[in-house]
Amino acid sequence: MEGQDRFIEDRTPGVENNESSATYLSYTVGLALAMIATIASFAVSQTNLLWPPGIPVGLVVLAFAQIGVHLVFFLHLGSGPDHTNNILALAFGVLVVFLVIGGSIWIIANLNANTMSMHPLMQMRQ
Amino acid sequence: MTVLANESIAARRAAVPIELARGRGGGGPAPIRVVVAYGFWIFLLSDIVMFAALFATYAVLSGNTAGGPSGLELFNLRSVFIETTCLLVSSYTCGLGALSAERRRPTTFLIFAALTFVLGAAFLFIEVSEFAGMVRAGAGPWRSGFLSAFFTLVGTHGAHVTAGLIWLVYLAAQVVVKGLRPAVLRRLLCWSLFWHALDIVWVSVLTLVYLMGAR
Repeated sequence: MEGQDRFIEDRTPGVENNESSATYLSYTVGLALAMIATIASFAVSQTNLLWPPGIPVGLVVLAFAQIGVHLVFFLHLGSGPDHTNNILALAFGVLVVFLVIGGSIWIIANLNANTMSMHPLMQMRQ
Repeated sequence: MTVLANESIAARRAAVPIELARGRGGGGPAPIRVVVAYGFWIFLLSDIVMFAALFATYAVLSGNTAGGPSGLELFNLRSVFIETTCLLVSSYTCGLGALSAERRRPTTFLIFAALTFVLGAAFLFIEVSEFAGMVRAGAGPWRSGFLSAFFTLVGTHGAHVTAGLIWLVYLAAQVVVKGLRPAVLRRLLCWSLFWHALDIVWVSVLTLVYLMGAR
């Protein structure tokens, strides 16, 4: 009895068998949702289901939905205490990604608008 | 004196419910499994930031075809759909493999690992033959800014998939030789995180490069 107590007290962190909450069902649900999002993306891009100028926005929304499905069902990102640090790191990563991509597109769009000769419409007019 | 100090430390530790305090500074160090996954998660995020730079390059250069072929003429959405399905299902079998490893079923794990490998290799095969066809048609990375950015972005993702496949073979060998001991399980956890993250990057490639480029 005393030996068992000692075993619990001296437990090396991480040797416990804490298993993730994942099950076969959660992976299957994730696959189904991701498949639906993928097929919807292909359908939206190849048909006129959406108002054509809005198609890029629709595709981006579907991509975010699918990334969310992957994060929750495949990477098991949750709201539990073990995930606090993971979520914070993800938030920072997302911030950097948006700064890099959004900032580049913004700056280059301005550059293109101000550098007349590079603009395709201007080339056509010449 | 020392005994008393030890007892008070033990009492204080017992006062904090470990399951609640973890990740918030209390309850002692987090389990190795959580710490390893966190460290690898940081690496994955830095990898995704690198991909973000490549995505930004592609977004900026995608219109600069220099009179060469555009995405509309080059991309074959049928094979892209097959590629996407391969990678998605391989993510699924990877998850099931990780699950059976956690439940200490090495044979089931090896079956799922083999399935994952075959699906990942099929993805790579389709991608490489697509690249080869484009190069043969004179649309290699030297043709235009658009194609340089395309080959860099999609090729970097393909290189990651290749690395993941090599890593998977290495881990399967470890499972066969060493069995599913805790250290091997943690390596498997990192690999499955890597594989799922690659699928997330592919969702962005699919949307930004193929679906927006081929319309």
